[in-house]
Amino acid sequence: MNKVMFGRFIPGHSWVHRLDPRAKLVLSFLYIAVVFFANDFWTYLIMTVLLLASVVASAIPLRVYIRGLMPLFWLMIFTVLIQVFFGAGGHVYWQWGWLVVSQNGLNSAGLILMRFVLIILISTILTFTTEPLEIADGIESLLSPLRKFHFPVATLALMLSLALRFVPTLMDEAEKIMNAQRSRGVDFGAGGLRQRIKTIVPILIPLFVNAFNRAIEISTAMEARGYQDGENRTKYRQLKWHRLDTVSLVIYVVSLSAVIGLRYFS
Amino acid sequence: MAIIQVEHLNYQYSNSDTKAIDDVSFEIQAGDWVAIVGHNGSGKSTLAKLLIGLMAADSGKITIDGQELTPDSVWQIREKVGMVFQNPDNQFVGATVADDVAFGMENRGVDRDTMVVKVDRALKQVGMSAYKDREPANLSGGQKQRVALAGIIAIAPKILILDEATSMLDPRGRQEILAVIQQLKTDLNLTVLSITHDIDEAANADRLVVIDDGRFVEEATPDNIFNHGQQLIDMGLDVPLSEKLKDALQKRHVAVPQSYLDERGLIDWLRTSRLNK
Repeated sequence: MNKVMFGRFIPGHSWVHRLDPRAKLVLSFLYIAVVFFANDFWTYLIMTVLLLASVVASAIPLRVYIRGLMPLFWLMIFTVLIQVFFGAGGHVYWQWGWLVVSQNGLNSAGLILMRFVLIILISTILTFTTEPLEIADGIESLLSPLRKFHFPVATLALMLSLALRFVPTLMDEAEKIMNAQRSRGVDFGAGGLRQRIKTIVPILIPLFVNAFNRAIEISTAMEARGYQDGENRTKYRQLKWHRLDTVSLVIYVVSLSAVIGLRYFS
Repeated sequence: MAIIQVEHLNYQYSNSDTKAIDDVSFEIQAGDWVAIVGHNGSGKSTLAKLLIGLMAADSGKITIDGQELTPDSVWQIREKVGMVFQNPDNQFVGATVADDVAFGMENRGVDRDTMVVKVDRALKQVGMSAYKDREPANLSGGQKQRVALAGIIAIAPKILILDEATSMLDPRGRQEILAVIQQLKTDLNLTVLSITHDIDEAANADRLVVIDDGRFVEEATPDNIFNHGQQLIDMGLDVPLSEKLKDALQKRHVAVPQSYLDERGLIDWLRTSRLNK
């Protein structure tokens, strides 16, 4: 469990850490959208430089990011192989039966791999440098215009933050249940897939039962503390937009515009 | 003046044959610390939930601070009553200590500047200022209960209800939280209603109300009730260590004082007496 780096928060005080979560969310989404416009060496160069600059600004070593890519290694290999063998057209380098390695295949494989890596890395920067709760706050703030259409933004945000709040609690509980069963002789690592799935069910059932009981108690406590409905509440946490956010936004917008400019006007 | 008045209260769970609360009436004076004791399933927690309108009574009348509890007044009543529950984890709603303390104020639409001031003040009052930005996973049960208290005093209620609030804590956490509650009670002039199995918590009270099978059994001072000795167990309280020792001494024909002594009191008495048969 501890080896999974993808989606984890790493505390720090870097430029990127200090950015407003809204800025980070918007920049990440912009970046991911523009990745699909990049189509040649120069546009990819700009995207890569921008990404590496952001990695440096996050003050987290590149090898930590690489480790974050590892769990997706096989998925990447698989995607690349599919592209290599099934992207037909252009000069044929190698052929064996229905397997064809062609120029177009290699091109699109390279393209896909590049996009894959860039998108994962940019989202990893977001999750490495932003606490889950900040992300929830950011999402709430960005969705707040939807309030006009009676979309329950605040309720959604509270649900999200409650869910995040209880992740460690439920993990603890799962650990306790597993230990209780281990002490009675269950071996979770042993056996084939079928056997392993069989050992998971007796963990999930008590976990679910406890989670439901917890939910009832929490809602009682919330009501006792005056919670009536989500929308007419004030907020203790507040997000502040700083100069740093504006500067980062400008850097991204300029670089990303360059990419789109190169694609359509060169 | 009676701040809580309960008259002929009845409640029955829909899946049960017997009444959980059976014609219970009592009064609690403002500024008192009253402990409600009784067996598991004696109806004590049901009573607490009825008092702040988390469930509606079948019949009877509850008056809190001069205002009758009705479906219309329930939110006003909850302004006056804060409640700490048993499980420290299941009432910690915020993502961090400060967020949790602010939760009650957020619900009431308090503006942010006021909240910032009140969160700091409340945390100071329960001695948790140093933990302001901590997440609940890094806190002990006792610390979580102190945060729960901070969240309650931030909205300045008149009455504090403790629903087995110390039962999931270790002895040290229990002592700490009781000391904090004692201090808050004096500072803020609170009325405390504690529902408990714990003898120390009950001993802290000015008066004890004993209920059994949903019926009111007795109301007296802790001294009077603890003198019942064996009967305590029947009432759903653990006999305090000091009382057990007194009983044992009495069986060996040692003359012991009649009034209730806590452990410290008993140690003092043992030291000053020369234990003559």
